[in-house]
Amino acid sequence: MAVQLREGVRTEKKTAALAASRVCKTFRPARVVPGGGTTVRAVDDVSLSVWRGEIYGLLGANGSGKSTLIRLFSTLLTPDAGDVRVFGLDIDRDELAVKRLINRVSVEASFFKKLSAMENLVYAGRLYGVSPDESRPKIVSILRRLGIEDARMTEPLEKLSRGMQQKVAIARAFLSTPMLLLLDEPTTGLDIRSKREVQTFVRDLRDEHDATILLTTHDLDEAARLADRIGILHQGRLVAEGTPEELAARHGGGTLEDVFMTLTGRRLDDADATDAGRST
Amino acid sequence: MIASASAQVSLAYAFVEREIALSKRYWAWELVWLVYGVVTSLSVAYIGLAAPAITGGESDPAAVSRFVLYLLVGTITWRFLGLIFEQMGETIAWERWEGTIESTFMAPVPRLTHLMGMCAATLVRALGFSVAILAAVALFVPVDLSHANVASALVLLATGAVAFIGLAIGSSVFPLLWTEKGLQMAYIVQAVVLLVSGVYYPTTVLPGWMQALSVISPATYVIRGMRDALLDGADFARIWPNLWPALLVGAVSIPIGLRLFLWAERYAKRTGRLKRSG
Repeated sequence: MAVQLREGVRTEKKTAALAASRVCKTFRPARVVPGGGTTVRAVDDVSLSVWRGEIYGLLGANGSGKSTLIRLFSTLLTPDAGDVRVFGLDIDRDELAVKRLINRVSVEASFFKKLSAMENLVYAGRLYGVSPDESRPKIVSILRRLGIEDARMTEPLEKLSRGMQQKVAIARAFLSTPMLLLLDEPTTGLDIRSKREVQTFVRDLRDEHDATILLTTHDLDEAARLADRIGILHQGRLVAEGTPEELAARHGGGTLEDVFMTLTGRRLDDADATDAGRST
Repeated sequence: MIASASAQVSLAYAFVEREIALSKRYWAWELVWLVYGVVTSLSVAYIGLAAPAITGGESDPAAVSRFVLYLLVGTITWRFLGLIFEQMGETIAWERWEGTIESTFMAPVPRLTHLMGMCAATLVRALGFSVAILAAVALFVPVDLSHANVASALVLLATGAVAFIGLAIGSSVFPLLWTEKGLQMAYIVQAVVLLVSGVYYPTTVLPGWMQALSVISPATYVIRGMRDALLDGADFARIWPNLWPALLVGAVSIPIGLRLFLWAERYAKRTGRLKRSG
């Protein structure tokens, strides 16, 4: 079904790769914890569409609901209300077909740390139906392109730097040739050089492989550099959406930082510090 | 249909291959568990050898040898079944600890295929460990298998594995529901099964309420049948009274375990528990 869909959607033009309608997600504290925790409305009535081939940047402070939204789109969470579709498929009813079309890179590279990049990626390839014979040369090619030397590919991942691990995570997502790639703060914590390499790869991925990318970030430069359109999340709500130019024109001109401040009443850095404790 | 089955086998094999690769990388820990298994089994065997000295009873060599084998069959069969239980129970907890739980659950792999792959990997490991422990123990303690019916024992072991898989899948639900203490809960279930299943003694010595629990434990039938097969050479007809209840427990527990797991996965997705630790 997913394969037929791949062929179908590549021939169409304006297709919604991702369509979320009135999505809500609230986390409640465990009842057994005496007096512990508070109810958190992490995503509050969010509707957005990401068009095929687009890079959509979700901008927001820590705790604004970005990661929860990505986890909802990744089938790792179920929404309390609302509807999410990936290339027309309902993420709940057509879960397996949706999983074949998407992949995700999270802020923390998640791997079996004792296994090498090659072992981790061959395993990941198998889960997406890519045989080792097919995946091995592809893995070498992707990792080389991301600047990882051949000798490092067979070392346990725990011996690689955080930047290199994040590149391997991106290679893993790329290996399954996803039609929709969900990047959850993929460059957070990386040095400037690694950050630029990852950003270039993300752009190439879209340009060369017709991938649609939803990127969350709290880096204004990154959002401006990569995204075709930007959505600003504040306390679980999508408070603005548009191209960087449209946002600037609509909200008093200036930079994205100015737009963010106009919409949320705070600078992004301040909001990060204030909201760091808010659970998403 | 055949292509689809082949694709599912290939997907399931991904988990077997991964577990083998992890065992190689964690070889030092595997060695620790192997040594631990050999030492505990040997300790139990020496208790058997020392029984006449401890009790002051007669030291009939044939009776002592039978007692040692009685204990060894229990301890090694339990080691085999226990490993299945532990490794399946850790399916979730391990991935949560490694931080891979989200990528595994996001992969387009039907949950049944995922769990069957893990079961296959678990069986390979449990069988390897049990054979190695038996071989190592035999180097130190005389093991009299002259009356053994090996075919009956293998049938029972295979049945026991199937029966335990359902129980193990069911217990792996705990870490899915309780991110912090789920694994401890699974270990408590395993400990209770050990107590009531007659691993080191006949279940008839247990209090009535524990005997009632032993009836629903597949290990009770597997260990009893293994003793009949290895101590007294019981053929298929004689092990049948222990074989069918184990088969029945497996037939009931596997679908229930799978249902429970799928329900727990939905619950975890609803409540945000399907995430890595920390």
